[in-house]
Amino acid sequence: MFFGLIANPFKLKKQGVMGMNRRNVKFISRVNSRRNFPLVDDKLKTKLIAQKADIAVPVLLDTIRYQAELRDLHGRLEKHAKFVIKPAQGSGGRGILVIVNRDGDHFIKPNGDYLELDDIHRHISNILSGLYSLGGKYDVAMVEELVEFDPVFDRYSYEGVPDVRVVMYKGFPAMAMLRCSTKESDGKANLHQGAVGVGIDIATGKALNAVQHDSPVARHPDTKFGFSELQVPHWDKILPLAASCFEITDLGYLGVDIVLDKNRGPLILELNARPGLAIQIANAEGSLPRFDLIDKQEAGLSVEKRVAFSIKNFARLEIKKEPPLDSVSESPE
Amino acid sequence: MSYRLQVSIMALILAVAGLSIAWYKAQYLGIPLLPHEKRSVYNVGAKINFEGTGKPATISMALPVYQDGIRILSEESSSDDFGFTIANTQNGKRAEWSRRSVEGETNLYYALDVIIDEHYSMTKPEVDEFDQRKERFSDYSDSLAKAVDTLLEDVRLHSADAHSFTAQLIKEFRSKNPSQTVKMLLSKNNDTKLTLFYRLLRYEEITVRKIRGIYLEDGRRNQDLTSLLEVHDGERWQLFDLEQGKIPKAENFFIWQRGGVSMLDVIGGKGSSITFSVSEHRVPAGQIAEHESMIKQAALMDFSLFSLPTSQQNAFKHILLVPMGALVVVFLRILIGIKTSGTFMPILIAMAFMQTSLVVGLIMFVVIVGMGLVIRSYLSHLDLLLVARISAVVIVVIAIMSLMSIISYKLGINEALTITFFPMIILAWTIERMSILWEEEGPGEVFMQGTGSLVVATLAYFAMSNVIVAHLTFNFPELLLVLLGIIIVLGRYSGYRLSELFRFKSMA
Repeated sequence: MFFGLIANPFKLKKQGVMGMNRRNVKFISRVNSRRNFPLVDDKLKTKLIAQKADIAVPVLLDTIRYQAELRDLHGRLEKHAKFVIKPAQGSGGRGILVIVNRDGDHFIKPNGDYLELDDIHRHISNILSGLYSLGGKYDVAMVEELVEFDPVFDRYSYEGVPDVRVVMYKGFPAMAMLRCSTKESDGKANLHQGAVGVGIDIATGKALNAVQHDSPVARHPDTKFGFSELQVPHWDKILPLAASCFEITDLGYLGVDIVLDKNRGPLILELNARPGLAIQIANAEGSLPRFDLIDKQEAGLSVEKRVAFSIKNFARLEIKKEPPLDSVSESPE
Repeated sequence: MSYRLQVSIMALILAVAGLSIAWYKAQYLGIPLLPHEKRSVYNVGAKINFEGTGKPATISMALPVYQDGIRILSEESSSDDFGFTIANTQNGKRAEWSRRSVEGETNLYYALDVIIDEHYSMTKPEVDEFDQRKERFSDYSDSLAKAVDTLLEDVRLHSADAHSFTAQLIKEFRSKNPSQTVKMLLSKNNDTKLTLFYRLLRYEEITVRKIRGIYLEDGRRNQDLTSLLEVHDGERWQLFDLEQGKIPKAENFFIWQRGGVSMLDVIGGKGSSITFSVSEHRVPAGQIAEHESMIKQAALMDFSLFSLPTSQQNAFKHILLVPMGALVVVFLRILIGIKTSGTFMPILIAMAFMQTSLVVGLIMFVVIVGMGLVIRSYLSHLDLLLVARISAVVIVVIAIMSLMSIISYKLGINEALTITFFPMIILAWTIERMSILWEEEGPGEVFMQGTGSLVVATLAYFAMSNVIVAHLTFNFPELLLVLLGIIIVLGRYSGYRLSELFRFKSMA
């Protein structure tokens, strides 16, 4: 419509594409209780409840709560060669500092830049004074073990942190995408900063479609590898891991970010109570029909049943061949 | 009941309530819907002239009382050395001047400001307080009395009620070939024509009274009052002119005196006369609405913003514009999807634009924020804690503002002096946020959000500086309820934003 410049809203609606207003009014405010937000807005709390429920997360090395603790920063960081510093209440990937190695007194960033201890000192001080937190609240800096990324994604990621985003609705995995960092996104996996989003088939973990800046792309802009061959490993573990986050947060509309560690397999990186809309573009499919189908299911199913339901009903290849099955009772266990 | 229905009903109730109060105020309290609407105020002046005889003088004049459809805004008398009182006597309200000794020709003035207001009415006075005595023609000869009977009989046959009877009677008298009876009646000079009619109507036991007043038309000078008859048919009063018959629309006839009371009594003077004049002024309708007598009349107005001191009224003129700016922000964010730096920052910037004017304001905003960003980028090297850093930025902003004022004043650009209206704290936060945005997302995003904020601020400025909007929000603050309803409905809008149609263009 209009020379391909803008979408036809009626077609979007027919496809069940969810807009920002619908997400806020009909989903976040309805199935996400306010009092559960701190569990996911504070990454430290998320990590603690996840650890308690035996959900795999990157190891927490240290937490810094007060400016005074920074005096001994040198001593505190001495035993760690590679680590990530992040604000517990940061959002949108803001304030995350990744250190991949040390060279004497210098710390090396993924892009090869050298940092002084003072730079890290200032960064943590900014975190504590609330520079990266919503509303400028005082914050806590977390020092996490650096995830040893599974080299399987090396071809699809530039300098950074590829992660799998699974959008959960009422505990059912509804849609998934792989977020690949690019040169433009400065190694970050945020789509609005220029990372590539690759839609992933819920049933198989295979790539469906890729977008950068909301427009389809066939190859990674920096590595030039095509996405069509991409297959997310450990897919059978990723979905149950994501689904189990519903039990610990009780948030009906939840984004689960998962990274693949070379040694430990899939780890929950963080949770998001307001996952964005780009996953639909990456999947080239609206999410509302899937949410509607999930709404028809009974509540209180086990993680395994929910994952099985999603695999059966949201399998992309099968959807194209035959009409979707509309009840979980018909699905085999 | 679903939330959706609740929201719709609530929004509807708010809108209906707001609109109906506004409609009532516009319709019945005469508050103009448009800012430059003007209404005619008529200044009706009475001039009493008499010659003093050196003795104590008391002058008493009948004053107009309440009249349907014409509202008296104010009254004043000008009467240099006379003692003046307004007395409520058994003959109605009277103006009374008095002085120990009056010499020579003397003028007294009395003036009223009145407006024609079709909705102005009070409970009607009872009919029976007027003359109900049986009229007899004892002063007429038998034959004339008989002829009058015949005449009235004839008129009665050609009429249906008191009003048509009066009209028919006037017609008989105005006929080119009047009957013998009419000629005889007119030739009898005992009564004035008005009194003659009055007696004839009373003889028919019709409720009638004599009225003296003046037509509210500009440029009437030194006129006598016009005498009319007012006839009641059991339901309502109707004015009759003895020359023209029934007066269908008498809304501009201002009644000065009713019944048989004397117009003017002068004791201790001679050669007294009274003349009247009317002049029309076009006055902004808002001024009339703010008039004390209007405010007192309606409880609704007594609790309006007009009852506040003027300085507070002026403050509210600005405050009441904020909801309009909020509506623009809600609209642009929910329906269009424009990104701004800070949700309501654009409204505060728009408020500043109202003081500085748009172009000057935009230039000043860009200059302050631009310079602030440069200085802030240096501050970021100093490792300051957040609160200290923002405070430092606030001071820098103030310094920039002072510097700009001084330099531009020296250069003769006086517009830049209005820079003080910019909210410094908000500017400091804007600089802080944009500087972080710059570090994290790059200058592109800063440009996007900065432009978005200025676009929203500019549109909010246009909405808020609109003369009609300013007039409506202040004079009809109940329209805020309508805005509230609209914002509540927009708050439940779950459709696509315009920006999302661009975003999802690859999908449909």
